[in-house]
Amino acid sequence: MTDFMNSLGFILYVTLAYTTPLLYAALGSCFSEVSGVVNIGIEGMMTAGAFTGTCVAYFTGNPWMGFLCGGLAGAFLGLLHALAAVRLGADQTITGAAITMLGISTATIICKVLFSSTETIPLSVKQKIPKLFMGVFEPTTVFGRFMDYVFATYASTYLVFILTLVVWFVFYKTRFGLRLRACGEHPQACETLGINVISMRFLCVVISGFFSGLGGACVTMAISTQFRPISIVGQGFIAIAAVIFGKFRPQGALLGCLLFGFCSGLKVVLGASSGVNMQLLSMIPYVVTVLILVLFVGKSHVPSANGKPYIKAK
Amino acid sequence: MRNKDSILRKPAVQSLLTSLLCILLGLLVGFVVLLIINPAGAGEAIMDIIKNFLNYSKPATRLKNMGNTLVKTAPLLMCSLSVLFAYKVGLFNIGAAGQYVAGAGACIYCAVGLGWSWLPCMIMAVLAGALVGALSGALKAYRNVNEVISCIMLNWISLYLVNTILSQVKNPTSPYTYEITKKVVMENGAMTTVAHPGAVLPQLGINGLFNNNKYVGLAIPLAILLAVGIWVLLTKTKLGYELRATGLNMYAAKYCGMQDRSNIVLTMAIAGGLAGIGAAMLYLTGFEEWSCTQSSVPAMGFNGIAAAFLGGLHPLGAIFSSFFIQHITDGGAQLNKQVYPSEISNLISSLIIYFCGFVLFFKLTLTKWLNGRNEKKNAAKGGSAK
Repeated sequence: MTDFMNSLGFILYVTLAYTTPLLYAALGSCFSEVSGVVNIGIEGMMTAGAFTGTCVAYFTGNPWMGFLCGGLAGAFLGLLHALAAVRLGADQTITGAAITMLGISTATIICKVLFSSTETIPLSVKQKIPKLFMGVFEPTTVFGRFMDYVFATYASTYLVFILTLVVWFVFYKTRFGLRLRACGEHPQACETLGINVISMRFLCVVISGFFSGLGGACVTMAISTQFRPISIVGQGFIAIAAVIFGKFRPQGALLGCLLFGFCSGLKVVLGASSGVNMQLLSMIPYVVTVLILVLFVGKSHVPSANGKPYIKAK
Repeated sequence: MRNKDSILRKPAVQSLLTSLLCILLGLLVGFVVLLIINPAGAGEAIMDIIKNFLNYSKPATRLKNMGNTLVKTAPLLMCSLSVLFAYKVGLFNIGAAGQYVAGAGACIYCAVGLGWSWLPCMIMAVLAGALVGALSGALKAYRNVNEVISCIMLNWISLYLVNTILSQVKNPTSPYTYEITKKVVMENGAMTTVAHPGAVLPQLGINGLFNNNKYVGLAIPLAILLAVGIWVLLTKTKLGYELRATGLNMYAAKYCGMQDRSNIVLTMAIAGGLAGIGAAMLYLTGFEEWSCTQSSVPAMGFNGIAAAFLGGLHPLGAIFSSFFIQHITDGGAQLNKQVYPSEISNLISSLIIYFCGFVLFFKLTLTKWLNGRNEKKNAAKGGSAK
């Protein structure tokens, strides 16, 4: 029983840790996709956020400064994507792919210039995002240790769950949310009602970049302590898959992210405890993503105007 | 003057102009980045990237290095053909990277592990790439799974799978597989290797043109032939017409009695096969070995996207754009690593793709400008536009 509670606690802890960055990125992806802009640049935005976050935290010593700057770095790439895909009517998939490559190569270049290596110098505990409720629970009892595993976790994890609630509220209970969803369904109709579709989409893509940047920063400032070339690898795309799985709703994306977070957590738990081939374990999240898409995507409702550039009639 | 106008209005000329503009903008931003890193050597560094093998003063070394660039251009051309072929059918094949990985795994295993000769190895590479491609196609056609997502997931799955499989033919003293000129045999229960030159692609005497660069051979003419072949297939055959029609409007194509679903699978299989043969063109020359511990998908497939769009999505344009992209990538490796990271070339490639997204905007602006100029001229003459 003790062992079981311990393992369960540890798995929940790892799941929550790995869900956090995915969920930030997925909420960002929701904004962009629901407003009608395909954003496969999430991966690059996360990488930019991951690098900027650790870098700023390392030099200023303030984790929250780093976290915010990570978001801003993502927002900057979002701005570039929006400029091309929303303002100039470029192919959203091409510029998205370019943004991904741009984010990764720029992060590597700056990292090499500043640290003379492809990795940043590890952050100290003070420079990392703090854990909440440390020492609140008694780790001496079985139940206490379980609670310690699950609830004494990073502040960024608490923040993302609150954020999910806020995004849900904005999407379904505010005028802004209604307009946002309408832009992705029928931009022409929006324009006739006096909504500026271009500005709306522009804003949403920048928000998606900001959230993705925050997600990236969580990877390097909470789960790990440094930026490495393998920090993000595919998490941005997994977040997009979670959004498709969640039928383009924030609450659905939450479920998707928990599932993928669990798979990534499983990789860590199994990798630490057994002699299973690490290469094969690394495949788990990706295989599960494909399987989930095969099973669920057929019924998913995609915003009707998603991926179509909106060009204002003269 | 009318004559000059009509040249600028030709789609081919416009594509060429916009591609050149993309290159120029990409290099310009790359130069600015170099300036920020270290202003002193930036001018020299950007010239190093542009010149690549021309940096060497001896003609013999130049030729040899030009050969090296060409050896890597062949697989890049295949990846860009893979991307553009799928794009013509309305699919974005970001999975060329994974199909390339699958091809690499198949041909290296068949050559080093099984001791096959180069032709069956190459065929296996094509089949492995085609299988991975067809899988994405089938998911799209029958389960409505976005091909971008499934391709990216398959990229990672292929990478880890190939790493696992190729670990069986790995040199125990390094993370790399054995050279392609060797074959693994079991001797008294222990793994050793014997010479096996049959898996190396024939050189056809082309190596003589490049100062006996032993890696230059069949791959280069074959790649160009395949580019021409894809152009013929897309524009001159019934199948190509059907595939393009499916890409333009799936429902209209279906209404006309075309098999929309199997066309999507077929397209992705062909695209995958192209990326797969690209891997065979590189790894069967022995130019480099596979690192079984690599944790990121080789950049070849992603550079293929840059080459495809830079080449104006035309198979023949891709020949030149692939050479250019490989040229600046190799040029990036020439930089002084103490001062400038070689990733600058990746940055330039990604900027080029980004600017290629603006092609439509460039063309519209150009046409608008031409119209405006015509109107002005006609107004001055007092005549009407013809």
